[in-house]
Amino acid sequence: MPTSNPLQFYSEPLPDVDVSELQGKLIVIEGPDTVGRSTQISRLRTWLEQQGHAVLDTGLARSALASNGIAKAKEGNTLGPVTMTLFYATDFADRLENEIVPALRAGFVVLTDRYIFSLMARGLARSEDGGWLEKVAGFALVPHAIFYLRADVPALVSRVVMGRGNFDFWESGMDMRFGPDMYESYVRYQARVIRALDGMAGKYEFTTIDASKPADLIFRELQRHINALFSPPKRRPRAKKA
Amino acid sequence: MPLLTPNRFKGKLLIVEGIDGSGKSTQLSLLAQWLRSQGLAVAFSEWNSSPLVRETTKRGKKKQMFTPTTFSLIHATDFADRQERFILPMLKAGAIVCADRFAYTALARDVVRGVSPRWVRNLYKFAIQPNLAFYFRVPLEVALGRILGGRDSIKYYEAGMDLNLSRRIEESFRLFQGRILDEYEGMVQEMGFHVIDATRSIEEQQMEMRRIVMDHLGDAIAAGQILHKEGAFRANIQSTTVL
Repeated sequence: MPTSNPLQFYSEPLPDVDVSELQGKLIVIEGPDTVGRSTQISRLRTWLEQQGHAVLDTGLARSALASNGIAKAKEGNTLGPVTMTLFYATDFADRLENEIVPALRAGFVVLTDRYIFSLMARGLARSEDGGWLEKVAGFALVPHAIFYLRADVPALVSRVVMGRGNFDFWESGMDMRFGPDMYESYVRYQARVIRALDGMAGKYEFTTIDASKPADLIFRELQRHINALFSPPKRRPRAKKA
Repeated sequence: MPLLTPNRFKGKLLIVEGIDGSGKSTQLSLLAQWLRSQGLAVAFSEWNSSPLVRETTKRGKKKQMFTPTTFSLIHATDFADRQERFILPMLKAGAIVCADRFAYTALARDVVRGVSPRWVRNLYKFAIQPNLAFYFRVPLEVALGRILGGRDSIKYYEAGMDLNLSRRIEESFRLFQGRILDEYEGMVQEMGFHVIDATRSIEEQQMEMRRIVMDHLGDAIAAGQILHKEGAFRANIQSTTVL
């Protein structure tokens, strides 16, 4: 697991955040498009709440500030790769400062559907500079745990075809035209995204979970890891009050 | 490592910087007009003007949702969009791109807001290195006199009200601009600004700008490397058109 309390920033502390006040847990679920992250998050949320934890769940492009703008930008045909990275970084910063940090301060468990890693992976897949991306995202908090739901491209293709039934323009990286049609572009683009995420797994201490397993098994594996986060040695001893 | 991305294209990037009321926009538009009159292709880009990002910036400002970090990031997004969609293609086509404010505006302003200088310098590393950067140096009181006299109202973020420097908007604006001025002054060497004394007459400043432009771009213009109207009288530009 990457860290225990108190939380830290990767490289650039946000102005006006005192990490010693952050009492909650920050748990990240990462993985490529359609890998099954949201299913797991909604089950985890219910389970954690049953255990008595207050939960905030958040995810990419859900900020009050930038979600509409991003959605609109993706409808058009002019969103460039650096612009996209920075728009998502804006969205992330808004949620970090206005949702995640306050929730952690209040002692919540924060479950986040993707984090800076997807943002960086998408940038890397579009040939942006890795060092630049890493520093741009350096104001992120180091999570208590990062679960990487890993699948290979054929598995993702089958999920897309059997599930939603069509390829999405952006999930196929069609802005960069990685291939002559949506399918080929999807295959090449997602392979790049997976390669980028794989490349981060060691450095950022991902807990990699094989997403080809049945959802129940994945859920139990997540439960086991998350239980360990709440086990006694991680808790700070406190003076008893009468 | 270079701070910005080198301009490897045919076109040239000219930018102006300075605090509000330094007269930089006036000077840039005079310069652009002159370059156009010489038959050269000129493209113009203004700070904070991307249609893709506009709604988000407007929303954040109206509802006062910005923190120093998100303020910085949304302006970087705006700039990235203008660079990817407009500035880069224009430079590739061989135009002279004139930018009213550039990444340096963000470096100055965001640092005053409390964003880490190192972080914001990295953030703008994708920005194309200008061929010429003009900095309009003006004493704070002169600039404030020009601004505060001639405008109806100063807006919340413009005045740096989010920094809680003062409750009075004019006083906040004064303090905020003063700090930005200090940041600009600190960048003059680092960024290789051509400093223009903005207390001189408009004509004198413009003459100096044109001279500097010809010193730096004259050869490229004379050689026809910049996109231009066919038959433009390029060879004589230097001798006849600097006022």
